[in-house]
Amino acid sequence: MIWRKKSPEPPAEAPAPVVPSAALTIDALGRKCPIPIIMLAERVGEVPVGAVISVLADDPAAFTDIPAWCRLKSHQHVESYELPRGGWAIHVRRQY
Amino acid sequence: MAYLDAASTEPLHPAAREALLAALDVGWADPARLYGSARRARLLLDQARAEIAEVLGARPDELSFTTSGTQAVHLGVLGALQGRRRAGRHLVVSAVEHSSVLHAAGVHEGAGGSVQTIGVALSGRVDLPSFAEAVAAEGVAVAALQTANHEVGTLQPVAEAAEACRAAGVPLVVDAAQSAGRLPIPPGWSVLAASAHKWGGPAGVGVLAVRKGTRWRSPYPEDERELRRVPGYENVPAVVAAAAALRARAAESAAENARLSALVDRIRAEVPRVVPDVEVIGDPVDRLPHLVTFSCLYVDGEALLTELDKAGFAVSSGSSCTASTLRPSHVLEAMGVLTHGNVRVSLPRGIPEDDVDRFLMVLPDIVRRVRQRLGVQ
Repeated sequence: MIWRKKSPEPPAEAPAPVVPSAALTIDALGRKCPIPIIMLAERVGEVPVGAVISVLADDPAAFTDIPAWCRLKSHQHVESYELPRGGWAIHVRRQY
Repeated sequence: MAYLDAASTEPLHPAAREALLAALDVGWADPARLYGSARRARLLLDQARAEIAEVLGARPDELSFTTSGTQAVHLGVLGALQGRRRAGRHLVVSAVEHSSVLHAAGVHEGAGGSVQTIGVALSGRVDLPSFAEAVAAEGVAVAALQTANHEVGTLQPVAEAAEACRAAGVPLVVDAAQSAGRLPIPPGWSVLAASAHKWGGPAGVGVLAVRKGTRWRSPYPEDERELRRVPGYENVPAVVAAAAALRARAAESAAENARLSALVDRIRAEVPRVVPDVEVIGDPVDRLPHLVTFSCLYVDGEALLTELDKAGFAVSSGSSCTASTLRPSHVLEAMGVLTHGNVRVSLPRGIPEDDVDRFLMVLPDIVRRVRQRLGVQ
């Protein structure tokens, strides 16, 4: 029972959460950390300041590491949405 | 090879080696029997018990030897829960406990009990008001808190947590594996667990202390050994060596702690200066004297460890790619810090300053090479 930050599985009949749209989507599904973060860091400059990037990732490390990257790089972690087929859409707002 | 992984295991202290060899010759007989050689083994065992109890701040009759720190934790947590069955079935633990605590909690949960996990700050320190509030609730059987975190070195507010537990009448299990022999044990524990190989004793010796007046019942079948707390034949020579190491460490600790802590301060200051995009993790002040952890952005931990090994440095990592589980360390996750590119450096007693100098010299180039391989500029 190692403690994990991941929220519990939603019940099967619950509707999938609505993931807001983003200016850019980076598909890092199937990629191991630190690759999703490297992809994010490379492409953060492609959107205007204030816009949101959605990183799709299913490596459990990404769930912790992308918000930590935001903290270190002074960008904003908006929210992480669970994807119906596993993994998350992790939303990051470019701050500068 | 520069050994920078003392938190995994401290090399055998010379005093322990000497005591072990001597005790193998004179302390091999069964300490439960009544003939001369057996009485000699009993004498050695009880002398070691008294010495270790004194350093850890326990009474000799409160202290039993186990076969490992993990076994001491398992027995400590499950025995305290068993002893409090009638008071409640709720266990409170911090999110950054050693896996032995969390796995014992899992067994408790599997048997119908409940477990509440208290979160930590970015520093790794447990949220004390939440911990205090949790233990004061109805039906809490036991609480558990480590003295110091094994991955990031942050000290926990054990004395304050113990005060909250005392006010609520809840026994506190304290896992002191990372700090015993290095720092004084904080007051207020009901059950204490420690591990000899972490302080320079041999492997195979753990310590379980149960404070007088604490309800505790072994979860194992009955056995007459070790004050009926731990099953199985005692390893008297190893216990004697564990006591010799702890005695020696206690005598050296003031001077050696200051030296190691200054080296850790240097690593904490230098690493972010010489390596770009690094997060040094854990409390900079309220920490173990010998341990420092940092995470490098855009680096995979396994590659970093392999390169450091090639360069002659033994370190460990909480990154997922270095664990058997493919999950990052639950400690780093609970803290919300970077889990990839993680390196834990823990300095053994007597480490030459030169090893730290060389580590700081080779690290920037190794990180640069690993990043280059991943296509990071």
